[in-house]
Amino acid sequence: MESRFRVLFLIVAMISLSGCAATKNLFGFGDKEAPPPTSEAPGQVIDPEVERREIKEPAIDREDFEIGGYVGIMSVEDFGTDVVYGVRLAYHITAGFFVEGTVGQTEAGLTSFEELSGGARLITDSERTFTYYNLNLGYNILPGEVFIGEGRAYNTNLYLIAGLGSTRFAGDDRFTVNVGAGYRFLLTDSIALHLDFRDHLFDIDLLGEEKTAHNLEGHLGFTVFF
Amino acid sequence: MSEPSITTTPSTPLPTKSAWFGCLVAVVLQIFLAAPVQADDDYRSVAIADPYLEMRTGPGDGYPIFHVVDRGESVDILMQRTDWYLVRAANGKEGWVDRAQMELTLQPDGDQVSFEQAKIDDFTNAKWETGILAGDFGGANIISLYGGYSLNPYVSLEVWGSQILGNFSNGWMGSVNVVHEAWPDWRVSPFFTLGAGVIHTEPKSTIIQGEDRTDQIGHVGAGFRIYATRRFLLRAEYKSYVVFTSRDENEEVEEWKVGFAFFF
Repeated sequence: MESRFRVLFLIVAMISLSGCAATKNLFGFGDKEAPPPTSEAPGQVIDPEVERREIKEPAIDREDFEIGGYVGIMSVEDFGTDVVYGVRLAYHITAGFFVEGTVGQTEAGLTSFEELSGGARLITDSERTFTYYNLNLGYNILPGEVFIGEGRAYNTNLYLIAGLGSTRFAGDDRFTVNVGAGYRFLLTDSIALHLDFRDHLFDIDLLGEEKTAHNLEGHLGFTVFF
Repeated sequence: MSEPSITTTPSTPLPTKSAWFGCLVAVVLQIFLAAPVQADDDYRSVAIADPYLEMRTGPGDGYPIFHVVDRGESVDILMQRTDWYLVRAANGKEGWVDRAQMELTLQPDGDQVSFEQAKIDDFTNAKWETGILAGDFGGANIISLYGGYSLNPYVSLEVWGSQILGNFSNGWMGSVNVVHEAWPDWRVSPFFTLGAGVIHTEPKSTIIQGEDRTDQIGHVGAGFRIYATRRFLLRAEYKSYVVFTSRDENEEVEEWKVGFAFFF
């Protein structure tokens, strides 16, 4: 209890101290700037009636975000392969780098042991739902173009991603490292198709010894820039 | 000569198994189609003051230059992505131009055009900041998301949410803290922090038969904010936590984290 008050006291002390250091900005104390001198000249005779042309520039549409969904197949190590689907949100920092968050879900099947043993089950049906989220840093490593027919060119990007996240599977949240590569095919400047391959790695001890499981995912996605 | 903007949308083979994806595509398309379509005269128009303006097929140095607009002509700016601008020339050609070239263009009234760009000054003075950090929390992995508001360049308030993933227990943590930066204008700016919050832990049932617990926490820490580029910064920090448990002894946990953030 005592340390709780100590923390509270420290917070109050810190706010007031740093507040003092910056009072000039916070409360407007300190030297005030003198008001600018009035610009009216004393002996002005002619009042030029010139209307300034006011131009209101329309704002430029910024499209740094990319949102969309994907569907594909995912292999959960020891638990077979099933359909995976998910959503993706990305923010483009520079022409090369972007950050990306994904949330996806698949269903794990039966292990070979469960199939051969008949009735034995390692985990319940609800624990077979495999849900993950990841926060990734991506880099467009190979920008390019593809040409279809004579008059069509589409921009493309081959990118690499790596990141961290969490996977809920077999009754536990598991710290997950995620690496992969993808291909972005821009149908227009604002609409893209994606083909992605990713590996989700986490430690699991469900089948005896702890091991690092590789859960491979391949998906086809659709995104819109905004 | 290639043109990057082609509006035909080839039909994509979609697996019929997932109705979810169909719904998602429909929703995304709706958002896209519902977006207001700007009329031509709504675009910002700039005149070229340099000898020429180079248009690339895509937003990046890797894409080839396919068209050049001469001095005196004007272009409409259709959109911006990172530091690249999609422009349309009088002859209808559309291409991407980088910021360095756009800054040499002129407004209709003859003034130089200024394009907003986050600089190191904004790193010091920006009001809002949000980021993602990950690291080690007393032997467990931790992933954190935070948002901050600056009262002034020296003091800011932050709200944190973290997920803790360990070998013996999982959990989450929420906290608020005050951050003090002594030299906010330095490119590598050290800071001190103090805060309080709650931690919720769930022991893993396969190993320990424990109860879920929610405890109050207090923490003190220090770290660095490092300006990277544009609105982007790197952040590394150490925090020492005291967990006010209902048992006799308080727990102490050390945390190390690195990550990145944006200011705006």
